[in-house]
Amino acid sequence: MKRKTAWNGIIFFVLCILVVVFLAPILFVFMNSFKGRLYISNAPFALPTEKTFAGLTNYINGVEKTNFFSAFGWSAFITVFSVLAILLFTSMAAYYLTRVNNRFTSGLYYMFVFSMIVPFQMVMFTMSKLANICRLNNPPGMVLLYLGFGAGLAVFMFCGFIKSIPLEIEEAAMIDGCNPLQTFFRVVVPILKPTAITVAILNAMWIWNDYLLPYLVIGLSTPYKTIPVAVQYLIGSYGAKDMGAMMALLVMSVVPIIVFYLVCQKYIIEGVVAGAVKG
Amino acid sequence: MQKTLKKYFPIFVLPTLVAFAFAFILPFVMGVYLSFCKFKTITNAQFVGLENYVKIFADRDFLNAFWFTIRFSVLSILTINIFAFMLALALTRKIKGTNLFRTVFFMPNLIGGIVLGYIWQQMLNAVLMKYETTLVANATYGFWGLVILMNWQMIGYMMIIYIAGLQNVPTDLLEAAQIDGATGWQALTRVKIPLVMPSITICLFLTVSNSFKLFDQNLALTAGAPGKRTAMLALDIYNTFYGRMGYEGVGQAKALLFFIVVAAIALTQLAVTRRKEVET
Repeated sequence: MKRKTAWNGIIFFVLCILVVVFLAPILFVFMNSFKGRLYISNAPFALPTEKTFAGLTNYINGVEKTNFFSAFGWSAFITVFSVLAILLFTSMAAYYLTRVNNRFTSGLYYMFVFSMIVPFQMVMFTMSKLANICRLNNPPGMVLLYLGFGAGLAVFMFCGFIKSIPLEIEEAAMIDGCNPLQTFFRVVVPILKPTAITVAILNAMWIWNDYLLPYLVIGLSTPYKTIPVAVQYLIGSYGAKDMGAMMALLVMSVVPIIVFYLVCQKYIIEGVVAGAVKG
Repeated sequence: MQKTLKKYFPIFVLPTLVAFAFAFILPFVMGVYLSFCKFKTITNAQFVGLENYVKIFADRDFLNAFWFTIRFSVLSILTINIFAFMLALALTRKIKGTNLFRTVFFMPNLIGGIVLGYIWQQMLNAVLMKYETTLVANATYGFWGLVILMNWQMIGYMMIIYIAGLQNVPTDLLEAAQIDGATGWQALTRVKIPLVMPSITICLFLTVSNSFKLFDQNLALTAGAPGKRTAMLALDIYNTFYGRMGYEGVGQAKALLFFIVVAAIALTQLAVTRRKEVET
C-alpha cells in the first residue's frame, strides 16, 4: 500500500507539470495581448512591465480591424440556428426512416451513413459553386448547408436510438387519437432528449469552429464573416504588421469557448464520449 | 401505423432531404463526373477521360503531400494514443484533483483549428526566435510543429474515451487477477487492455481520420511553407482548386482519390481492430 501512495505522489507531480504545459500556449497569448505591439517580438516570454504594458489598446485595435462583435454575432447566429434546424429536422427524418420500412427509406439511410466517410474536399468545390448559383451565400443559406452536412451523423445517431424505443408506446398514442406529428412530438421527442443533447453539442462545436465552409460559401468580402474567417482574414493577410491586435483577437476567440466549456463541462464531456462511442 | 406515417413524408423527411441534396448528394455526383472533365466553372465542363488522373501522378507537390501526410499521421496516431492512454491510467487511480486535470487536458479540443494553429504559430516562433530561425525556415520544424499541435489538441479527447473504457473494466476481474498474483504490468496487458479494445478501436479510428484529413491547423500553422513542403493532402487539394488556373479538374480528381484512400483506411482499420475486441 505504501508503494502505491508513493507512486500516486509522483504521478500527481507529473500531472501538475503537464497542466502547465497544456495551459502554456494560451497563457502565452494572453500575456502578450497586453504588451505594446512593438515589444512582443523582443521578449515574447517576459511578463508585461510598466514600460511594455499596453492596457486594452490591442483589444481595441483587434475589435476594430476585424469587426469582431459582428463576427461573433454571425458565428452565434449560424451556430444556434443550424443546431436547432439539425435537431428538429434530422430527428423527424430519423423517426420516419426507422418506422417506415421500404427500399427507399433504407437506401436513404445508407446514403446518410455514407456521407459521413466522405471528406469535405470531395464536395467543397462543386458545393460552393452550387451554393453561389442558388444564392445560398448568406447566413440563412449557411444554416441550410449545415443542416445538409450535419444530417449524416445526426440521422445515424437518432436512428440508433429510435430503434430501441418499443413500438407499443407509439401505437398506444395512435389508438388514443394522436396523428403521427402529435405522436412524434408528445411521445418520442421527450425520450430522445439525451441523444439530442449529444447531437447538439457535437454539432455546435463543429459549426462554431468551422472555417472552410463559411470561407468558401460566404467569402471574405461580405459583412457576414464568422470568427474563424475573421481570424484568418486578419492574421493570414495582415497579421505580421500588428502582433498586438493578433494576440488580442486570439484571446477573444478562445475566451467564449472556455467560458462555455466551464459552464457546461459535464454535458460536453458526456456528449463527446457518447458521440464517439456511437459514431 | 406505417400507412398513416407514410403520408407525412413531406413534413418528416423533405426538409432534411432538400438540404442534404444541396450540401452532399448533388455536389458529390457532380464531383465524381467533373473529375473526368476540364472545367473552370461547374457549368462549362468538357469531358477529358482519365487525363486529370494521369496529371496527378506527375505532380510532385501531390506526391510530397501524400508522403508528408503518411509520416505525420503515423507519428501522431502513435504518440496521441500512447500519451492519452497513459493519462487515462493516471486519472483512474483516484488521485486528488482528477477532475481538474481532466478539465484542463480536454480543453484544447474545443478550440477551433484556425485559432489553435495561430496560437501555436506564435508560441513556436517565439521559441525558435532564440535560435534565430522561424517555423517556416525548414520543413522539419513545420512537421514537428504540427505533430506537437495535434498532440496538444487530441490527447485530451482520446483520454476521455479511454477513461470511459477503463471505468467499465469490472473491478472483480482486477481483484481476481491480484489474488492470483498478477503484477501491475500483467493486470494492465492481460486484463485492462483486452477489455478496453472497443475504446482503442474508436480512438484509432478518430485519430486516423482526423490526422489524415487535417486542414485548418495545417493552413494556420505553416500554410505549407517553406514552398509547399509542409502541405498535407487536404491543403494540396485546396491549392490545386484555388491556386492554379485550369487545374480545377485535377483538383477534383485528387479529391476523389483522397476520398477513396480515406474510406479504405478507415474501413480496413475498423475491420482489423473489431476482430480483436473481446466480449465481456
